[in-house]
Amino acid sequence: MQINFTHHQSAHCENGVVSNLMKHHGFNVSEPMVFGIGSGLLFCYIPFLKVNHAPAITYRAMPGFIFKRFAKRVGIKIEREKFKDPKKAKARLDENLINNNPVGLQVGVYNLTYFPDEYRFHFNAHNLVVYGKEKDTYLISDPVMETVTTLTAKELEKVRFAKGALPPKGHIYYPTNFPKELNLEKAILKGIKHTCRDMLAPMPIIGVKGIRFTAKQIRKWPKKLGTKKANHYLGQIVRMQEEIGTGGGGFRYIFAAFLQESSKILNNPKLTELAKEMTKIGDLWRDFAVDASRIYKNRGAKTDGYNEVATQLEAIADKEEVFFKALKKAI
Amino acid sequence: MKKSEVPQDKSNLESANFRELCYAVDENGEYTTAHTTGWDPKTIALDNAIEDINQRVADAKKRVKNNITSPIEYYMELHKMDLPILASYVGIWQWRVKRHFKPKVFHKLSNKTLQKYAEVFEITIDQLKNLDHAN
Repeated sequence: MQINFTHHQSAHCENGVVSNLMKHHGFNVSEPMVFGIGSGLLFCYIPFLKVNHAPAITYRAMPGFIFKRFAKRVGIKIEREKFKDPKKAKARLDENLINNNPVGLQVGVYNLTYFPDEYRFHFNAHNLVVYGKEKDTYLISDPVMETVTTLTAKELEKVRFAKGALPPKGHIYYPTNFPKELNLEKAILKGIKHTCRDMLAPMPIIGVKGIRFTAKQIRKWPKKLGTKKANHYLGQIVRMQEEIGTGGGGFRYIFAAFLQESSKILNNPKLTELAKEMTKIGDLWRDFAVDASRIYKNRGAKTDGYNEVATQLEAIADKEEVFFKALKKAI
Repeated sequence: MKKSEVPQDKSNLESANFRELCYAVDENGEYTTAHTTGWDPKTIALDNAIEDINQRVADAKKRVKNNITSPIEYYMELHKMDLPILASYVGIWQWRVKRHFKPKVFHKLSNKTLQKYAEVFEITIDQLKNLDHAN
């Protein structure tokens, strides 16, 4: 059994699943639109939470938040469910497939067999769509993959019940109720306001302040931790910024694409200008990644290098502060 | 980033015949998507991370041989796990898992407990007890 579902590749899994499910139900919503309305852009550095033996850092909102906010703001209803019993989780999935309803699933990456080995880490907030089943094999549309793929029932159960931080617990979700027409204008405004609030938040580890805080920490790393650990930490920042899913520049390019699209919908030329500015900021993030990689490429780096990339981050923070203040005024 | 500047460097993605999507600006200044085969700065970061894991695995293996730790720690590192992740997979409190790292405690573990670990690591109890039997 196979549902007539069109796979579109996207940069990020969560936006991609939402965008693909919306398209399936006849609403042409792009990935950047989902990301922007769902206020996906963020910066958060959590020094005391370790991921892969380095401080946790994120460039996006908490997993699941983007879809939740998007649904609320455009007025669609989502059905979601988590399970204790893998059998029940499977039964609910099969039920939906029989009813011709493609569903989104939250899964762990570590046991996703179609991923390259190097990318299989214990990360439990990946998303994909199941659009059919043939015998014991599920048909999978994973938005970060170029084409559709498959997983056996056993493999799927394993990824749906991965353990560790943020366990998916068989989390299944799909949109149920749609308005006659999507009211994008209001949703866009809400999304932008929320992002500006997050990025300018008066909290030391979030948004613009979080970027400055990270820069300050980087300066301390080589002395405090030694070169090896400092390089590992720096590598983690670059990976979180550029690894599969961010569309480049820690989601800054996707956000710029969203502003450009919104400018046409809202008929607000200021947003086109701001999109250009955001693209430039994205380029600065890329430059930061290039310079950071120079440090961890040559193991015996000088402490100067750390100070230099920290200065780069501070410059980015200043630019983003001006940017989000201007964005707040532009709408 | 301009579309023409989207990096096409060699990376680990290539071996899996896999290209990533990213967002870039075309000649008219409009946003569009483009495929990328990889980008050196992040390939190096990933390679370093993998190397770091390999080193941890080798280090754990050495310590098992010297009877400083139990094979559980070795397999934990091999599966890219840390203590909280392993504890949640086997369903045993972290402090108990940590205790099972002690060779003395490990040797006294019941088959039932060993089986829990073996299942998570997808090996037999025999392989768990004796690293030489592992591949």
